[in-house]
Amino acid sequence: MEAEQQNDILLKANNLHTWFDLRQWGFLRIGSVRAVDGVDFELARGEAVAFVGESGCGKSTLARTLLGLHRPTSGDVTFDGQELSTLKGEARQQYLASVGYVQQDPFGALPPFMDVRRLLSEPLIIHGVKDRDTREKRIRQVLEEVRLTQVDEILPKFPHMLSGGQQQRVVIARALLLEPSMLIADEPVSMLDASVRVEILNLLRNIQKQRSLTLAFITHDLSTVRHYADRIFVMYAGRIVEQAPVEKLLDSPQHPYTQSLLAAIADVDADNALEERDVPSGEPPSLLKPPQGCRFHPRCPKAIAGTCDVKDPPFFEPQTGHFSACWLHDEAHRG
Amino acid sequence: MTQSADTLLQVSDLTLHYRTRRGTARAVDGVSFDLRRNEALVVLGESGSGKSSLAKALMRLLPRNIERFSGQVMLGDMDIMQLGDEAFRKQVQWNRMALVMQAAMNALNPVVRVGEQVAEPLRVHRGWSKDRAMERVAETFRKVGVSTDFLQRYPFELSGGMRQRVVLAMALVTEPDVVILDEPTSALDVLTQASIMNVLKRIKREEGTSFILITHDVATSSELADRVALMYAGQIVEISDARDFFHYPAHPYSQMLMDSVPRLHQAEAPGYIPGEPPDLIDPPTGCRFADRCPSRFSKCSQDPPAFSPDERRRVRCWLHEDEVARGS
Amino acid sequence: MNRWTQGFRELKRYPSALGGMAIILFLIALSFYTVITIPYSEALEQWRGGDHWRMHPVNASPLWTDRLTGGDKPQTQVIESDASEIRETSFEGGKQVRIPLDFSYNNDGFPSELNLFLEQRHSGQEGFVRLTWHRPDGETINLGGQRIGEKERVSISQNSSLEGRLGMVPHVGLFAGDSDPESPQARQGQYRLTLDAILFDENAELEADLAVYGRVHGLAGTDYQRRDLMLALMWGTPVALAFGLLAAVGTTVTTLIIAATGVWFGGWVDAIIQRLTEVNMILPMLPILVMVGTLYSTSIWLMLGVVIALGIFSAGIKTYRAMLLPIREAPYIEAARAYGAGSGRIIMRYMIPRILPVLIPTFVTLIPTFVFLEASLAVLGLGDPELPTWGKVLNDAQEQSALYNGFYYWVISPAVLLMLTGLGFAMFGFALDRVFNPRLRTQ
Repeated sequence: MEAEQQNDILLKANNLHTWFDLRQWGFLRIGSVRAVDGVDFELARGEAVAFVGESGCGKSTLARTLLGLHRPTSGDVTFDGQELSTLKGEARQQYLASVGYVQQDPFGALPPFMDVRRLLSEPLIIHGVKDRDTREKRIRQVLEEVRLTQVDEILPKFPHMLSGGQQQRVVIARALLLEPSMLIADEPVSMLDASVRVEILNLLRNIQKQRSLTLAFITHDLSTVRHYADRIFVMYAGRIVEQAPVEKLLDSPQHPYTQSLLAAIADVDADNALEERDVPSGEPPSLLKPPQGCRFHPRCPKAIAGTCDVKDPPFFEPQTGHFSACWLHDEAHRG
Repeated sequence: MTQSADTLLQVSDLTLHYRTRRGTARAVDGVSFDLRRNEALVVLGESGSGKSSLAKALMRLLPRNIERFSGQVMLGDMDIMQLGDEAFRKQVQWNRMALVMQAAMNALNPVVRVGEQVAEPLRVHRGWSKDRAMERVAETFRKVGVSTDFLQRYPFELSGGMRQRVVLAMALVTEPDVVILDEPTSALDVLTQASIMNVLKRIKREEGTSFILITHDVATSSELADRVALMYAGQIVEISDARDFFHYPAHPYSQMLMDSVPRLHQAEAPGYIPGEPPDLIDPPTGCRFADRCPSRFSKCSQDPPAFSPDERRRVRCWLHEDEVARGS
Repeated sequence: MNRWTQGFRELKRYPSALGGMAIILFLIALSFYTVITIPYSEALEQWRGGDHWRMHPVNASPLWTDRLTGGDKPQTQVIESDASEIRETSFEGGKQVRIPLDFSYNNDGFPSELNLFLEQRHSGQEGFVRLTWHRPDGETINLGGQRIGEKERVSISQNSSLEGRLGMVPHVGLFAGDSDPESPQARQGQYRLTLDAILFDENAELEADLAVYGRVHGLAGTDYQRRDLMLALMWGTPVALAFGLLAAVGTTVTTLIIAATGVWFGGWVDAIIQRLTEVNMILPMLPILVMVGTLYSTSIWLMLGVVIALGIFSAGIKTYRAMLLPIREAPYIEAARAYGAGSGRIIMRYMIPRILPVLIPTFVTLIPTFVFLEASLAVLGLGDPELPTWGKVLNDAQEQSALYNGFYYWVISPAVLLMLTGLGFAMFGFALDRVFNPRLRTQ
């Protein structure tokens, strides 16, 4: 199983950094925001993974880097054996077509001045589908696939005439139009109502399974992850701190940050109102000047002085297939 | 619904209709509930259910296109609906009821130090001296977990979580009886959310404040709720004790909503509610949820009254008619 | 597009929009009518003045001024020999011709001028004519004799010996009645001018046209060159609209594209555009136009070009930039980049259409400002020398001291048209603003 997956790696990020320069007077660099700061991972074909973290942890920047919207500062992304930074012209267009993007705000993601037919035609026109009938057929097909079955009613509508759920389906339909092999969904349900969220997540999951897509699902909400991803990456301050299959991570979190994230949320219960939750003090560090050593150490209740604030923790594997970047797992510090 | 001694706020048949281009929007359509002292009532509802309009109606922060604004709101012995605007502003707003508006943390005045902004209700409504007000502000800051060093800061110098606490302090500084919170944590991160909810829990325990928490998020609601009122299309469809609501929801909509809440440690996948909520402008006659309800039957074409299967809950659903009959 | 039809349906709710639209439609209809009935070259030709207008009075007021003041001023009458009974008697080596030119005069006011136009065809030799004036009361006045060339204009009004005999200018004296000399009134009735001509060629034909110039003319009156101002007022409409529209389109479109390009690419592209704009903003438009007009050419199309060129990097860039900056960050643009849309497509199809509805009202209200600019240039004497425009009329009026001489109509008509244009576009534009900018709507 493991070996088979190894051969079937679709996307690989290798020591990926995406920094944003802060400039004065338009050219003088006065610092860099290290939004993504050294990230390694591999995504297999047909696998659904979740990147989880708070705002500012770099998960959205990571998504945009994978989409080619940001140029990595260093490191590289390999997609289907090709290095992303080397792609030019037609090859780059080809890559963009093979990665679909589902955004957070479904209304904002749709051009407000185009009707559904028009806005779904756009990607096809850009990718050279000149024949109107072919486009129409393709559009109808994806709309059916996202369960917008009253196609004739939907096509002439403008985004503001659709409900939030319908808008997000149109966004998903647009992401599927170019037959991608990977979908990147950045908080696809956080702006939707609770009753619609599950519907959209189910839809994404089903499409992912049916089409054997690789799905990168980016969210701040661990509670929505369980049924919609196979693996989870937990990110903090520009880095991945823990990665594991969903059940393992949710049931036995290893990194102190993941533990506090999980402690902050609980399944709905009336008793929740009675007790205060353990929340690590402080706030995530500035990405302009991240702390030395483990980036969580200033807030970590279990930080080991002299270690955590000095050395970057590498990934340890406390359980098989469960990786955590924390010195606590180091044999030398156990005991 | 009987008014017991510790009832603080009693709302009966509150109605707020807007005039729009397309017709009358029934944002709040005959809402009744009561709030006891030191109780946290959560008003739960999806977008467009009228929950934010309810907050605005209670605080009388109304837009101009009002078509109908009626009902009775008893705050103690006083029907605040009968007060003139000026009297309402002087006697109720801030002094006895305070509102933390949605996204209020982004509405802080960027050019005024946060300490002064929080002191403003005291200075304006109570006419306190600056020193006296600032003393109270410092005290309130400590309660909500903001360092008093921040009194002299400007809003942009604070993180989102800190700004939200400042906004909370602004609502608490006049020590009102009721604090209405409209989505106080929805724009915040998980850990920040949890710490804000911690602050609310502590204030409720230590200060005895009553809260009306308006949210769309069931998980957030469970962090504070003593009771839950669930709104759908401008009406309260169920109002129950939190324990009952979270574990044995009575209204079919409550049941489906609870079923759609994802659980961290539950093997089965959550469900969802097919269809869309009705338009507030032309809501269906009869039960407004009937179109999406799996248990609907012939009677659902009539508007269901609020049944009380037991004294701790009221449910607007014909399914509970028999239960009531049997019980009595 | 649905959004547009919806917008226009909403427009109907504003009476000012309907009023504005009515005015604009009227101006457009007038433009089309003018361009079709008086072709461009003909209009230029006529406006140059000269013979075309010889039958028109000088500085005649429009008809409506007379109606308004309740006066009884005459209109121009032209009496042609074609319509009269010509008696010819031949003799050896020539012929004698008698042409009676009859007309009835029914106004209290006097004509403004009397001219006789003579034309002798098929003759190498000059003839001779003697003119006799018959008043309605039967009295005759000898107007003297006159040689006839091929084309002859007999200015009866300027016949000084006649003026001496009558004691008044001839066009008054010949019509004077018996009334009080303090407030003279014209004698009404049948008049006749008899021409007794001797032509020294048997085949020669004599044609005579008597012009009894009135004091009112048409809807617009005439100017000092006898030109019917209606021509300028009518032709001014398409010129003004075209100038305003082209200038507004030219500046708005280019400015918008440049602003969007700067916003999209950011960095040094944006910086250069911003600096150019700032430099351009301190360049005064009017003096530059005056310079171009004085030193180079005052052709209206050149002026249009200069106006557009100066308008490209106008302050509009700053406004559009502020509107476009947040749009650059819009998720739908990010999505477009993610599915491979190029920069050009994003600018033209994703950014500009987003702010277009907000710009249309501004655009509509911008049109009259350019119309006014063109008029101002013309008033300053930098109008197109060939083209009849409203501004040109005002300029002429100013040069001829129209107001000082009491020719109010000369100033009022073009001014009213200018104001009407401004009003129409402003009313329409403000209503559009309410429709497209919901924030301005009253609840």
